Amino acid sequence: MPNWFPSLADWSWLDTRIVITAGLAAMACALPGNFLLLRRQSMMGDALSHAVLLGIAVAFLTAHGLQAAGILSHDSYDATRHAVMFVGAVVVGVLTAVLSETVRKLGNVEASAALGVVFLVLFALGLLLIRLYADRVHLDPDCVLYGTVETAAVDGRLIRVNGAMLAVNLLLVGLLFKELRLAAFDPGLATTLGVNAGVMHYGLMAVTAATLVAAFETVGSILVIAMLIVPPATAYLLTQRLWLMVALSLVVAAASALLGHVAAIVLPPLVAGLLGWDSNVGASSAGMMAVAAGALFVVAVIVSPQQGLVMRVLRRAGLRVRIAEEDLLAWLYRAAETLRAQPATQSAADAPDTAPPNDPLRPGWLWQQLALRRLVRRGQVQRTESGPQLTPSGHQAAQDLVRTHRLWESYLQRHFGDLPGERQHRSAHQMEHYISPEMREELAAELDRPRHDPHGQEIPPPAEQDSESL
Amino acid sequence: MKSPVHLEQQQPSASGEQAPVELAADGIQPLVVEDLTVAYHRKPVLWEVDYVAPTGSLAAIVGPNGAGKSTLLKGILELVPRISGRVQVFGEPYRQQRDRVGYVPQRETVDWDFPVNALDVVAMGLYREIGWLRPVTRKYRQRALEALDRVGMADFAGRQISQLSGGQQQRVFLARALVQDADLYLMDEPLASVDASTEQAIVEILHQLREDGKTALVVHHDLPTVDDYFDQVVLLNMRVVAAGPTAEVFTTDNLRKTYGGKLALLDEAGQRLRLTGDER
Amino acid sequence: MSVRRALLGFALAIGVALAGTNFPLAAGEHHTPGSPPSAKSSATVADLSDRARSPDWTTRLVNLLTLRDYNTRIVLAGTALLGVAGGVVGTFMLLRKRALVGDVVSHAALPGIAIAFLLAEALAPGEGRRLEVLLLGALVAGLVGVGCVLLIRRFTRLKEDAALAIVLSVFFGLGISLFTIVQDMPSGNVAGLQGFIYGKAAALTALDVKVISICALAALVLAAALFKELSLLCFDEGYAAAQGWSVVGLDLLLMGLVAFVTVIGIESVGLLLVVAMLIVPAAAARFWTDHLPAMTLLAALLGGASGLLGAGVSALAPRLAAGPVIVLAAAVLFGISMFFSPHRGVLARVRERRRLTRRIKRQHLLRTCYELLESGGESITADEATVSLAALEADRDWSRQQLQREIAKAQRDGLFRRTSTDCICVTPRGLDEARRVARNHRLWELYLIEHADVAPARVDRYADLIEHVLEPEVVALLEQQLAGHDPHLQEVPASPHKIASTAATP
Repeated sequence: MPNWFPSLADWSWLDTRIVITAGLAAMACALPGNFLLLRRQSMMGDALSHAVLLGIAVAFLTAHGLQAAGILSHDSYDATRHAVMFVGAVVVGVLTAVLSETVRKLGNVEASAALGVVFLVLFALGLLLIRLYADRVHLDPDCVLYGTVETAAVDGRLIRVNGAMLAVNLLLVGLLFKELRLAAFDPGLATTLGVNAGVMHYGLMAVTAATLVAAFETVGSILVIAMLIVPPATAYLLTQRLWLMVALSLVVAAASALLGHVAAIVLPPLVAGLLGWDSNVGASSAGMMAVAAGALFVVAVIVSPQQGLVMRVLRRAGLRVRIAEEDLLAWLYRAAETLRAQPATQSAADAPDTAPPNDPLRPGWLWQQLALRRLVRRGQVQRTESGPQLTPSGHQAAQDLVRTHRLWESYLQRHFGDLPGERQHRSAHQMEHYISPEMREELAAELDRPRHDPHGQEIPPPAEQDSESL
Repeated sequence: MKSPVHLEQQQPSASGEQAPVELAADGIQPLVVEDLTVAYHRKPVLWEVDYVAPTGSLAAIVGPNGAGKSTLLKGILELVPRISGRVQVFGEPYRQQRDRVGYVPQRETVDWDFPVNALDVVAMGLYREIGWLRPVTRKYRQRALEALDRVGMADFAGRQISQLSGGQQQRVFLARALVQDADLYLMDEPLASVDASTEQAIVEILHQLREDGKTALVVHHDLPTVDDYFDQVVLLNMRVVAAGPTAEVFTTDNLRKTYGGKLALLDEAGQRLRLTGDER
Repeated sequence: MSVRRALLGFALAIGVALAGTNFPLAAGEHHTPGSPPSAKSSATVADLSDRARSPDWTTRLVNLLTLRDYNTRIVLAGTALLGVAGGVVGTFMLLRKRALVGDVVSHAALPGIAIAFLLAEALAPGEGRRLEVLLLGALVAGLVGVGCVLLIRRFTRLKEDAALAIVLSVFFGLGISLFTIVQDMPSGNVAGLQGFIYGKAAALTALDVKVISICALAALVLAAALFKELSLLCFDEGYAAAQGWSVVGLDLLLMGLVAFVTVIGIESVGLLLVVAMLIVPAAAARFWTDHLPAMTLLAALLGGASGLLGAGVSALAPRLAAGPVIVLAAAVLFGISMFFSPHRGVLARVRERRRLTRRIKRQHLLRTCYELLESGGESITADEATVSLAALEADRDWSRQQLQREIAKAQRDGLFRRTSTDCICVTPRGLDEARRVARNHRLWELYLIEHADVAPARVDRYADLIEHVLEPEVVALLEQQLAGHDPHLQEVPASPHKIASTAATP
């Protein structure tokens, strides 16, 4: 254990720069990624990230050729190369979109297959070119694919490039927010409203491709897709508002850059230690950033407020507690009723603990305990020596519940008298939790406000606050 | 669910002839659906559906869009998870009686550009019977061809399915269910967007099935033809509003409960039933 | 079922080759001086290309074609097997509309390779680079990746494409990180592992090909045995589920097949490109046939051909890495299929469209002539009839030039004669043709009126003869109905509606 902690203590200005560079790149990617995700074109991001390799390779070779031919001076080489690379990547990005659309339409090929054919062929071409000329132009396919954030962060150029790209994307998203939203939601409507869906589509592809080029030196052309899709997907799980989703995706992107780099420093010695090796190892920061983004995504899957696994469990538990509470209230009411009118004939059969065994909502012991505690805290039930008793406010609530139950039984009896009594009771036992006060009174009106239910028991009048309104 | 009338259950309120839903129904019913509740993502689509199909009945499931008509079939076939409820097919759970149930899904659910011909599609109905790993032999092909012949499509056996018209595709789907020689058929909109002659042909086949003592439950969308084609009706709107013999159940009153405020449909049905008077 | 036999035949051939060539392959290893000394040594691409660069181009071609070189035989066998297995499995993936899932499986395999290496090294140092172990890791990780996709779809509201992209990128990132760790390990010289990313077809060894053959064998036997089940799954999963087949089980099986193909291809084309062998040959085969067994076999052939072609080119020009060249070879075959296949091909469809346009124009012209003659009270039974150009021009929204061009074409075909500048004379042949066209048109119109709700496939209104499309009884019925409108015109029934030109002509 102690041999990995110092690795973080060695944190230097270089580490900070790496995190800033990668963070800027990730944020720049996440912006267009939001809209790719919403347009269900996530795999288009994958396709672009592969295909831009061709653009990068061609641009690289062009710049190199120009320099070799003496047209380009050594000083302007780098600047030109980067400019050409942007143009090349944007062209290839749009080309991917156009070609896959063409193959889909002309060849009647299914959309994802068409995309696959196109991007894989472009990628193969790019790979071929790089492998062909790699030794001549110092273009290492590895650094194109995985990025070299560790070395590249030394000079400030990558920070500037990624920062600029982030600024441009922020500006574009800010200016075109409503158009982007419309085009993502309903391309057909967007076109009729004058926002040309085709222009938006290819524009998005161009911007994505340019962002990918800016970022590929940092995280590599394959891993940019992690920055493109995973942060927006994480944000998508956390919110249902678009602007919030965009903002959250930026936060997630930056966080995964930081966490990724920390993990790259901390984890490998840990693994090496476990395997009994020398601890002097490090992992690719870019790779770990993708993993960190993935980890954040998993966290979002678990804790997401609407759909998260935790929320699902809590919501289900909440429902069960509420049902247990209501069952308890009704049970106490009936018990009191039985005490009042001694020769209670059928109320025993009516008690909640005789609910049919296959009732899915049958409360367990745990739920009843929880329910009791909550009812006491709300002042609807008080604990006495002879057991829990209803307070006046609890009595009102219970009265309504029992009223609902008995009304529904009466209703069933009137319309479906031939149903077995057990089934009527089971239905009423479930329905009492779901019938709203308005519906209850509608039922009462429909049944001409009966006084007694089919079992001859009194149907209590509505609790006071209701009786006023009636 | 705004008003209690929608909660009315499967019995036609007018008469009590129909046997009530009970576990111990005498004789083995082809299909007993009891208390079936189905939900997609916390949103219930079917609530406590009860229905018993009498042997040899031809029943239409009728209801507005989103009433859960297809879901009812899928719930019976266990294609969607049930929240609660029980389905018995010939007295046993569906899984044990699978071979006696023929299913005709909606035509739109498949890609009709798939590289198979009509005969191949019909032969798919026999895959279950053929079993794992065994190939489709000539014997099975012959049976598939016979089923195609029953729906009048024998001449099109070798034709790729995208070259068939909508009505012909529907007949191929029907043949795929027929080839199983099942005793209970569940059909999802077999009469949707087919031309008049195909509709007649399919209805004839349905009536033939009934004469053979088979039972069919058919999702149907065309109110005016219900009482011509079907002898049983299930009016469905998330719950069974009413179910039973067409003559008793298919009334304006029940339709209004099923369709709620959808006046256009109601008017259409009302005219068909030659009912006068102000509709709400 | 012929495809079963064919696939099993493929599999049998591989099995026989596997058993039979075991010894010769091993023997060849000793006799070929330039071949890698042993299966375990990882020959790098560099020293291979050095070796291959030495003989001149023609010698290399001869060597390739005669399969004299042991190394060439190995490489060709490996890539061809990849193509065959990829084509067969890819057919199902394509039809299941899951073409890109293969991309996830192959990317997700990367961490599996690294983890397998680390585990093997930890358990038995020095054993980490054993091929079987690494490929097993790839197989398992690929399936875990697919499992993650299913979980994301089950537990979140994200769509399938997002789930694919997430799993693909996160797994790949994990793989890259683990690789860098491996690189820094004392025993972790990753020269051999890097080959998995880009492929190293030229450096395939007999052992590699043996593993490849076993995987291909497994994939083909499974695909053949489950052909019926998989085709049902791809066509109609709801029906398959209702019949009681386990859709999830079949899907996982299909994913297992994909993982097998990934393992086959990971060494020759690398895991970044292996998915191409799952998509491209199958998509190309779809153009040629509407028959699933035929499509499967064709995909296998196209895949195998691209494997051979790519590896062959790469052997001739060693600077061209085999992986990308194989994919490009497949792409060329795809392009040829897309443009030149007889029915679904682009050119065939363009030609079809142009022929249709031409025929429609001709039919419009003839029908207009006929209607003018009919309404003008001319005797249509006469041998020849004259129609004024002005009336023709007024009748339809064609320009004078278009009209003249059409008339000139019809003249060439002997349907018209030009008598004066403002009149044309319809020849007896032209009249016959016009009569036929008008009759056809009117029958169609009636059919469409009577059977309003017709299926689109049947409404080939411009088919040459209505009899070719509709049953003879229907045509007879239609003729009867039309004759009822005008009993005197048995041959060409009167139009069921009022013809616009009747009012227009004086």
